[in-house]
Amino acid sequence: MSSTFDTIANIIAETCDIPRDSITPESHAINDLGIDSLDFLDIAFAIDKAFGIKLPLEQWTQEVNDGKATTEQYFVLNNLAARIDELVAAKGA
Amino acid sequence: MRLEYFQLIDRIVDISLADRKISTVATVPTVSTIFEGHFPGHPLMPGVLLIETMAQTSGWLVVAANSFERMAFLAAVKGAKFRTFVTPGQVMSVTAQLTHDGSGYAVTEASIAIDGKAVCDATLTLRILKFPNEEMKLKMRETAARVGFPGEALANA
Repeated sequence: MSSTFDTIANIIAETCDIPRDSITPESHAINDLGIDSLDFLDIAFAIDKAFGIKLPLEQWTQEVNDGKATTEQYFVLNNLAARIDELVAAKGA
Repeated sequence: MRLEYFQLIDRIVDISLADRKISTVATVPTVSTIFEGHFPGHPLMPGVLLIETMAQTSGWLVVAANSFERMAFLAAVKGAKFRTFVTPGQVMSVTAQLTHDGSGYAVTEASIAIDGKAVCDATLTLRILKFPNEEMKLKMRETAARVGFPGEALANA
């Protein structure tokens, strides 16, 4: 069974036509991979479907805009994977 | 259809938030300057306007699902297929099914049929944002009433 990171990386590679081997757990989706907000909608859609969750993008964006969180907390891929694992666990609780 | 105002939906036929789907009717006008150019001697409803018709139908569904508190804006069109020509005066039956309700966005499967025959279909992504101002919010509600939005949906908005 592939890891959450692998699933995300495969989704990003396929959605944004980015070479899979250039996507690492330390990659920042926006700053390093250059993913824009429209492409991120496609990624969020694919993640929502793959994991059966609803990524709280609006909440995250608000927190970043309010200075309560950094983009690294949500958009560095190993952090994103951790958030997804939390959402999946919460769903099953 | 009020092409000059880019208001393509004539009437809401049915909307079910429980089933997450909507049906509308849009009649192509018999006369429009658009047909003078598209095309001379062979008037056709442009494909981009068919997409817009599906987007507006999807938009009404998403706006209703958000209790008229937020607006839907077209963000992406995927897999659009135009299966036959649409000509002046034809009555289009438009449907949209909300297939995914994301955070700040929605995805619909939309289609148009004429006399039961498939005309076009596409997968649409819409961003869901706050209305930029109160004027637009009020105008949307006015338009909703004009196209026959169910009273209870507006009353609850």
